Parts: sequence; C-alpha cells; structure tokens
Amino acid sequence: MAKRYALVVKKDCPTCELIAPLIPELAGALDGGLAVYVQDDPSFPGNCDAIDDGELAFSWRQEIEIVPTLLRGGEGDGSQFDERIMGWDRAEWREFTGIGRLGDSLPPHRPGCGSLTLAPGMPERLAARHRHFGARKIALASAEDDMESCFERGWTDGLPVVPPTPERVLRMLAGAGREADEIIGSIPPDQAPCSIEKLAINAVMAGCKPEYFPLVITAVEVALDDRFCMHGLLCTTYFSSPVVIVNGPAAQHVGMNSGVNALGQGNRANATIGRALQLIIRNVGGGKPGGIDRAAMGNPGKYTYCFAEDESDPDWPSLAMDRGFAREDSVVSLFAGEGLQAIVDQQSRTPESLAGSFAASLRTVAHYKLFGLCDAILVVSPEHRRVLREAGWTKETLREELYRLLRVPGQNLVRGAGGVAEGMPARLADRNLDKYRPDGLHIVSLGGRAGMFSAIIGGWVAAGERGSQLVSRKLEEASA
Amino acid sequence: MTSTTLLDPTAELQPVERQLTPRLASLAGATVGLLDISKPRGREFLDEVESLLAEEGATVKRYSKPTFTRVAPTPLLQRISADCDAVVEALAD
Repeated sequence: MAKRYALVVKKDCPTCELIAPLIPELAGALDGGLAVYVQDDPSFPGNCDAIDDGELAFSWRQEIEIVPTLLRGGEGDGSQFDERIMGWDRAEWREFTGIGRLGDSLPPHRPGCGSLTLAPGMPERLAARHRHFGARKIALASAEDDMESCFERGWTDGLPVVPPTPERVLRMLAGAGREADEIIGSIPPDQAPCSIEKLAINAVMAGCKPEYFPLVITAVEVALDDRFCMHGLLCTTYFSSPVVIVNGPAAQHVGMNSGVNALGQGNRANATIGRALQLIIRNVGGGKPGGIDRAAMGNPGKYTYCFAEDESDPDWPSLAMDRGFAREDSVVSLFAGEGLQAIVDQQSRTPESLAGSFAASLRTVAHYKLFGLCDAILVVSPEHRRVLREAGWTKETLREELYRLLRVPGQNLVRGAGGVAEGMPARLADRNLDKYRPDGLHIVSLGGRAGMFSAIIGGWVAAGERGSQLVSRKLEEASA
Repeated sequence: MTSTTLLDPTAELQPVERQLTPRLASLAGATVGLLDISKPRGREFLDEVESLLAEEGATVKRYSKPTFTRVAPTPLLQRISADCDAVVEALAD
C-alpha cells in the first residue's frame, strides 16, 4: 500500500539521527501514512519498519540530494512525489506536516547531509544501472582482459584505449551539453549515422576528459563539413590526415598546450582530442588503414594531431580571427595536413630576410616544382614573431610578402625544367604561378619562448574545392 | 571477478561475436603451411594432404612442433603466420 509521505534518511547523518525520534509521531499523525527509506544501514533508526534503500533505487528515482528529505504526494506505486522539504527546519516541518508542536525539544534548524546518490562516482553508477543506451552492450567473459579485448575487437589505433564502460560513457556524456541520441551526421567512409553517444564512447577510449568533449563534437562536425572532404582525405594514398587547431578561451579552459612542445607529446587535451577524432573515423566510419584508408606511408599525426595556438600577443590575430571569428570565440579548425617540416633561421634579424627563409622552405611543400596543388600552415615561433613585430610587420604583411616571393615563372616549374621530370604542365610555361591558392596559406603561432625555429604543416595535394580546405566552426554556446 | 560490460564504439555492422578469420577464396597461388605436431604417422597423413593441395595450385610449406605435448613455440607461430596464407594442423594420430 503506497504511503502518501516518504522520509529518506541515512544513519551516517547527524541531522537524521536528530530527527529520528520524531518518526513514530510522524507515522501516527500523517494522513496517508509514512514510508521510511534508509540509504546506508537498514537497522536505523530502529523505531519503525524502515525500508532498505541500500541499492538507492528509490532515492535515485526521487532525485534525493539531501538527507533527511521528507516527501509528500505519492499516490500510487512508483509514483513521483511532488513536494519535498530537506534538512531540518522546525517551522518548515511543522507547516509541511501540519503537526503544531513537532520537534519542540530539537534545535530550530540543522542542515542535512548529502544523499548517498551523490557520492563520488555514484550518479554515474546509478545512471548506468537505470539508463537505456543506444549502443549495444558487449559483456566480456570473466577471464577476458578488458584492454586486450578492445585490441582483439579491432577498436584501437594500435595503442591501448580506455575500455568504454557505461559509467565512463555517462561521465563523458555529462560534458556534452547535448542529448545522447542526437544524430550528429554520417561518418565516412561507411556513412554510418553517428549519435552523440557513439562520439562519447570513442572519446572515452581516446582518453578524453568530459570537459574536452564539446571540442571533440565540434571537431567531428567540422570533419563532416562537405568542404573538408573527410571521405576523400581518408581514402587518399597521400600522407595527410585531419589536423585539429583550437583557438579561443576553450583551449585554455581545458588546459591545451600552445607552448613548449605544443606539437609533441605530453598534454592530455592535445593528445586525446585529436585521437578521439581518429578513433571515431576508424570505429564508427569504418576507416581503417589498408581498408578504405589507402595511405602509402601515412604520418605519425594519424594517431593524433591537435594543438592550440599561442594567443598571448594581442596584436597577432589568431587563425580563427583570420577566418572571421572574434578573439573571444572558441573555434575548432580542421586542416588536411601531413607531418612537420622544420625551418631553421637563427640569423635573420629583419622580416625581409626571415620571409625569404620561410618562402624558400614553403616552396618545397609536396615538391618544389608543384604549384597550386596543396595548402600549408606556416607555424611561426615566438622568437620569429618577435623579429616581425620589432620591425612593425603584421601577419598580413608577412603573408603578402610570402605570396610575392612564391610567385614563380612557369618556365622554371614545367615538367623537365631543371632536369627534373616532375612539375607543372607545359602549357603553363608562359605564366607566373603561385605556390599557394589565395586562401591556401594559413599562418599560426605557437611554441616555446626559446628557439628560432618555425615549421610548416604541408597540406594534401588536393586543395580547395576539388579536395579539402581548412574549415572552422565555433563551439556551440550551450557547450562552450 | 565480475565481468565487465563495454559499450560498442562501432557502427554495429558486425555481430557481437568475434568472427572467423576470412577464408581463402581459392587455393591457387596460395601458400599453405602444414604443421606436423609430431604425433606418430602424422608425416604420412600430411604427405597426402600436401599432394592434394599441390593439385589445387597451392604452394606447401612444412613445419613441425618439437613435441605434441606442448603448444607450438612463439617463433614457430610467427614464422608460419609470416610465410603462409593458411595453415593445416594435423591433430589426430
């Protein structure tokens, strides 16, 4: 027989102990009866027929946050109680119960304690127990090692993954700010419809913290933008793969590295956000090396290639600002890039000299005689940025100078010129050719304070509308 | 030890149960290893298998375990998987 009132307590709560002597009086006086639920010790409080809620099923269903909580309004089995009071406030309890002299001998006010449903890790455990997942569950045999089983099922990139248990996936989903069953799009190459939940599973495996998850979601949204051409990028025999660049406050909030060794190992956010994107393409999209992924050599960035830009110089516009966003926007950009090419210049003290070094190195991307085929990202170090700044050069000055230096007569570039068969078609011999498309040379800045080294991330040899172009997207406000 | 439950990270196009390694479509041109586990008369049996495989156009390589009482040593397994497209292991005597 359902009671109209319910009281949720735990023994390990001084306020529950304080009010426990009132229970017989309450049970006798409350119209419709009182059910008492105990979260920790069913022998407590000992003066009534308490219900053991050690599994926390009732507390979870009623969304109990504080004990004691007195609920009213349970009319039928399993119903939601619609009114409640929490902790001990004598006046409030008297009004709620209609018992005028209730708790005369007790102090007027005591705060309650936290419900066990909110103990560390417990919300996820309870949610995992009571929640329906869209993804199918795979029960491992008791002798199976959970990490080895992920390898054996083909879910990893060759490195261990974090086993995607329901609890971990729920914690990841809590970082999304989006509904788990929302379909974000179809992941190439299989064009498999992909839910936020599937992204969360792979983000868990990549090692992401829940706070990184909005960045992962945005990276996937960018990858699905037709201009980025993820399907073709995956299938190509070329080296390239998605490079993820994060701008704005979100990069700092999750602790991304834009300084020393920013393109290297060691930072969890950099490492796992980029890896999550790769695992999603592998597991949801079905894009595996040797299958649809036909890369002749690949590049180490296909494990993960993700970094933030150094935005400490207010006079240096970020990549996101170059793409039309504001400094305060958090933006994820994807570029179809290959490994890193170094530019050493420890001698240049003028921007003209430095631009000459940059241009000569930028010319060699893909091949020194192939022009207009691929884009590139020039990664300018803080020390090289200083050389530019001290001479009053902006990023735009640099870019204009690089385009000027990288305009070369076609006769030097055509096939056979200089004794090298590779090159541009002979019909272009009489024209001046640009190494990069008008929107094909991107400039970012990052790195440690010491080192007069910059770098180039060369692009896919299918740039622009016939292949891939750099695509940027702002984090949604709800998840920013 | 309680068993672990994982959520499937894939598009769920394959059954949950782990699948057999894909079978060879044809023996022609394939390299097939014959592993003699060193039980009596195993060699005679595998001689017959070898001649049948050769008729189908397969190249045959012969291997043997040091003793049938123990699992094959790892270097032998690695050599067979590197050299062969398929393997026949003679279990019975």
